[in-house]
Amino acid sequence: MQLSLGPIFYYWPRQQVEDFYHQALASPADIVYLGETVCPKRREVHPSEWLEMAAPLAEAGKQVVLSTLALIESRADLATLRKLCDQSGCLMEANDMAAVELLSERNLPFVAGPSINIYNSASLRVLQQAGMMRWVMPVELSRHTLQGILEEVQQFGLAQQVQTEIFSYGHLPLAYSARCFTARNRNLPKDDCQLSCLDYPDGIPVHTRENTSLFTLNGIQTLSGDIHNLLAEYHDMAAIGVDILRISPNSSNTFQVLEQFDRIRRGETLSNQLIASDQGAATFCNGYWYGKPGMDFT
Amino acid sequence: MELVCPAGSLPALKAAVDNGADAVYIGFRDATNARHFAGLNFNDSKADQALEHARRHNVRLFVAINTYPQPHNWSAWQTAVDRAAHLGVDALIVADLGVLDYARERHPQLALHLSVQGSATNAAALSFYQRRFDIRRAVLPRVLSLSQVQQLSAVSPVDLEVFGFGSLCIMAEGRCHLSSYVTAESPNTCGACSPASAVRWQETASGRESRLNGVLIDRFKAGENAGYPTLCKGRFKVEEQTYHALEEPTSLNTLALIPQLAEIGIKAIKIEGRQRSPAYVAQVVSVWREALDHYHNAGECFTPRREWFDTLSRVSEGSQTTFGAYSRPWQ
Repeated sequence: MQLSLGPIFYYWPRQQVEDFYHQALASPADIVYLGETVCPKRREVHPSEWLEMAAPLAEAGKQVVLSTLALIESRADLATLRKLCDQSGCLMEANDMAAVELLSERNLPFVAGPSINIYNSASLRVLQQAGMMRWVMPVELSRHTLQGILEEVQQFGLAQQVQTEIFSYGHLPLAYSARCFTARNRNLPKDDCQLSCLDYPDGIPVHTRENTSLFTLNGIQTLSGDIHNLLAEYHDMAAIGVDILRISPNSSNTFQVLEQFDRIRRGETLSNQLIASDQGAATFCNGYWYGKPGMDFT
Repeated sequence: MELVCPAGSLPALKAAVDNGADAVYIGFRDATNARHFAGLNFNDSKADQALEHARRHNVRLFVAINTYPQPHNWSAWQTAVDRAAHLGVDALIVADLGVLDYARERHPQLALHLSVQGSATNAAALSFYQRRFDIRRAVLPRVLSLSQVQQLSAVSPVDLEVFGFGSLCIMAEGRCHLSSYVTAESPNTCGACSPASAVRWQETASGRESRLNGVLIDRFKAGENAGYPTLCKGRFKVEEQTYHALEEPTSLNTLALIPQLAEIGIKAIKIEGRQRSPAYVAQVVSVWREALDHYHNAGECFTPRREWFDTLSRVSEGSQTTFGAYSRPWQ
């Protein structure tokens, strides 16, 4: 299986983004997704500059994919997206049906990101006909559903035409809103958010009043409080036909995590505790994979 | 503008029809619709009666088949589409690409509306559904400001329906997994958000507590209005403050925006609430009927009446209402 680095969900200063992708050069990631997927106001890296940042990665043999916004609301958002579709020249990840439409109009192949709803093989086939060459399973679906979809994909004879990618490590993207929860936390209106997200390189943790970790706020996006971790399912995922495992960036140990997935890929035996020790107090979850509440850990 | 009203039961449907609905939307008694609650919705004979009652009063009937099937239960959604088509309803409200594809292929004459769960918020997304499935109408997610709705309406390839009143989803519908993260059940997979089966109420020394699958959602002091523990409306700790981190218990009410919505070309107003009682439906529908008729007659001189707001506030979550995302400061 291949390893991918998902798009950075958070808002980092430009230098931090550059350093991150510089580190990615020598990492075991085969595929690198970059681009802003959460908020159009984040311009530390301008939409047109992501591709420049991608060039060395492509030269280093990585497949580069430009990810796009998950929630397209205004005419300006749509115009920016249209421009990216016209000019990118590289594979793109659609995170809204707008991107699916624009890319399919241009007869360009695309990746359907985790916020494109593919819950069954009939949906997968509609998008494959529109040009989808890879799908990232929606995060709330289980192994059982994945297996069912992949069996049907096989029956349709589409297995060679569509790759399957699974969100395998990181805080799960759970929801998108019109409201900016980071600005709300600071009692600021969204239109004057003062780019507050820059102060939270891993989002803002939300706990219950009993101190149970619940969510993570990241602008208009809500992520899981716990870290979804499917490292232990590596061989199972390979066996049922998964092609790519996605590791979602955080500001501290992304490359160690990638390293560990790579070590399993190379045949080493690792335990979850190894990652746990790198992540400090973080707790893991994997419930979705087992058809349970996403926050559960088996 | 067409007034599209909810019915979770035959009495609620009659209440909607009798109080002035132009169209009523219902769901079948299974997970194929986004209000899959115990004791709610329509079996075959009730759906027949619903259609007959609606027809007799010249009211249109829509069926919501707006959740997302998975391989193990796909056939239930096919069956639901076929049932609705054979009933002869006026439109299906659908979200899933595969279900849209099936409905369009199998029943080419059937009118299809894109459900709010389809999560289309812009012209390009609407164009995808229009070109592939010839949808006639789309219900917009409650994430757009009024000016964004206006921009979209000017270029939309299909008629637009917007939410007018009821429970307020603050996340882009169809792309929210908060509920399954805590309970394993979500609107997309099971037609339920923060399902009642996962709710527990407990009286404790520090107050009344509401829990969802064991997770503390809120704690209420004596006399505080204890709302249903929907995940996005709980009180949580963020950076040492405890507050409604996502949203307060409140309902959406756009009654005062009727003239603007009509002027920008919105074709239908949706009232949320198939899970509500016939009495609730009767009250809300009659206020909206009166308001729309008043606008029809008064045009620019439309002034909402105080008693309309009073009636709607009394039946609102937390007894308060908001314009939600239509108003930029809310965002």
